[in-house]
Amino acid sequence: MNMTVPTVVQTSRTIVIEPITRIEGHAKVTIRLDAAGRVVEARFHVTEFRGFEQFCVGRSFWEMPGITARICGICPVSHLLASAKAGDALLGVSPPPAAHRLRRLMNWAQIVQSHALSFFHLSGPDLLLGMESDPAQRNLMGLIDRYPDVAKAGIRLRRFGQEIIRLLGGQSIHPAWSVPGGVREPLTPEKSAIIAAMLPEAQQLVEMAMDLWSERAALLREELAGYDDYPTYFLGLVGPDGELEHYDGTLRVIDSHRKILVDNLAPERYESILAEATEPWSYLKFPYFRPGVKEGEPYRNGAYRVGPLARLNLCDRAGTPKADAALRDFRALAPAGQAVTHNFHYHFARLIEIQYAIEKIAETLEHPELLDGNVRARADVNRRHGVGVSEAPRGTLFHDYQVDANGLLTQINLVIATGQNNLALNRTVTEIAAHYIDRHQRLDEGVLNRIEHGIRQFDPCLSCSTHAIGHMGMVVEVVDAAGAVVERVGR
Amino acid sequence: MSTENARLRETPVVSPPKIRLATVWLGGCSGCHMSFLDLDEKLLELAERVTLVYSPIADVKEFPEGVDVALVEGAVANAENLHLAHQVRSRSQLVISFGDCAVTGNVPGMRNRLEMEKVLDAAYGIGPQRPPNGDGVLPPLLPKVLPLHQVIPVDGFLPGCPPSARRIWEAICALLPPLPATAGPVTGPVAGDERSMS
Repeated sequence: MNMTVPTVVQTSRTIVIEPITRIEGHAKVTIRLDAAGRVVEARFHVTEFRGFEQFCVGRSFWEMPGITARICGICPVSHLLASAKAGDALLGVSPPPAAHRLRRLMNWAQIVQSHALSFFHLSGPDLLLGMESDPAQRNLMGLIDRYPDVAKAGIRLRRFGQEIIRLLGGQSIHPAWSVPGGVREPLTPEKSAIIAAMLPEAQQLVEMAMDLWSERAALLREELAGYDDYPTYFLGLVGPDGELEHYDGTLRVIDSHRKILVDNLAPERYESILAEATEPWSYLKFPYFRPGVKEGEPYRNGAYRVGPLARLNLCDRAGTPKADAALRDFRALAPAGQAVTHNFHYHFARLIEIQYAIEKIAETLEHPELLDGNVRARADVNRRHGVGVSEAPRGTLFHDYQVDANGLLTQINLVIATGQNNLALNRTVTEIAAHYIDRHQRLDEGVLNRIEHGIRQFDPCLSCSTHAIGHMGMVVEVVDAAGAVVERVGR
Repeated sequence: MSTENARLRETPVVSPPKIRLATVWLGGCSGCHMSFLDLDEKLLELAERVTLVYSPIADVKEFPEGVDVALVEGAVANAENLHLAHQVRSRSQLVISFGDCAVTGNVPGMRNRLEMEKVLDAAYGIGPQRPPNGDGVLPPLLPKVLPLHQVIPVDGFLPGCPPSARRIWEAICALLPPLPATAGPVTGPVAGDERSMS
């Protein structure tokens, strides 16, 4: 056994990996082994908690885009949009058409920058330098050293997205721009021209990333060999014609046979299909698809995934030519008619969404309405309950606000993308641990990094994630030593 | 894994004198680290001047000894943040409070007007549920979220939510040893928009 990392502590029964690196957030993994050294269970623990839903009570909903953006520095735009949309609902207004288009534009820009960060900056070291390469070099700086052209491409692609956000909102991180009723500033022709001029390079970069992925995926056969591939439900937004959607639309849920189980569900009715559980060992709750759990079954049977893999599985088509061509390649990864269930394909799904976002940005820039100066509807509080939804890079995000007559918040519920992947994340770490420890009798730094890579595939955002609270259905399970459910308490 | 690839050109390793840089992430949103990554192509230049010895974007799990400069993002919100802050201080020559959460407590500190037990109970103690007891794994939350300088002495403040990439660059350049006159690109402040590196 070759234990090279000093903080990997092995007791007689439990191995701890902490902290999990190259992810957004603070987490650790514990792997429980039985006396024979076989994996009993691996757990993904989220170690942070902020309490946004509690300390925001009593504040005005007008402040919420600015406050909730600070949940996450990688996807602040998702919170800005979901919060502003919840605000639209409280005002009872529909923002002017140009405001909707500009918000979509910023959201696509964010998808490009966030997915580029995940693929190049965070997972790139695993994919290029090697899952089991020297941990001291296995990072962006090591990538710059060994593959400067690839590192630079990743930097440029992320920068493309960040620049658009900066042009629209004044700064790339936490722009104070999207507000209840619309956006603060229209787009000028000059800025539109700057974005248009950046498009050809972005297109070139995403094509390069696709080629790079094809090459690397062909080499990384171990990652696709018999683990981390399991059925779950998939949840996400789709547009009115079943196309890929990141800003509006309705909820769809499919199973791993791509059978549609829920369709055209208004996002504000999310509680009708979702419930959540708590475990003593994580600040992150465990949401599940309620109709997926039959009487007497454990709640984990309702596991569902969100994010790029889910969105591509459940949409009928992307809606842009190049992304649709790539989507056909994606579908071919699974048997005909089946969903792509292997988490390793999250990487490819991310690149397809970058391609899609670049095409949509180009398409939107051509729309004459985009430069309209009327970008904000003004009103006072007209409704007491508002839900805003958006597809964050990592999955479906809900902001659910209740306010008093003055617009002061009385109840807040934030359902965050990564939380919804929690059951899958735990299954993934268990499967990868069992594959290498039980089957290959290996337990070294490289294996532990493979487990961490299992988490990176989901591109989790844990600063965001420990928030799912409120009035959804709840369940607590009492399990016996063998893991069987002996009692369920619910409401 | 094979690294043979015609298109993925490998370059020879160069090793000028480098400072040992660490970036640390306590209780915050990672926005300061994202602004650090907004250095964009300047990161390539930085790679020639520093060795990144510890960071949430790197895989070294234990904060190392002999760090020259540590940029610390985030407030001190739980027992692990506190432990790491002390480790950073004892093992680093210069500790910079990086961004508003480290400097003031900022948004994570907004819970300070509430009692922690009540916040946890409101979040998790719903219906039959109870707040996570940690199971021996989760770090206990501190009663109040604290700015970094309330738990360790710091050598400098780099404010902003987040600090702009340009501000970060100027701070890092000020901390780097000066280059010999003949040694390549000038790394002084960049011209242009405060918010952009371009």
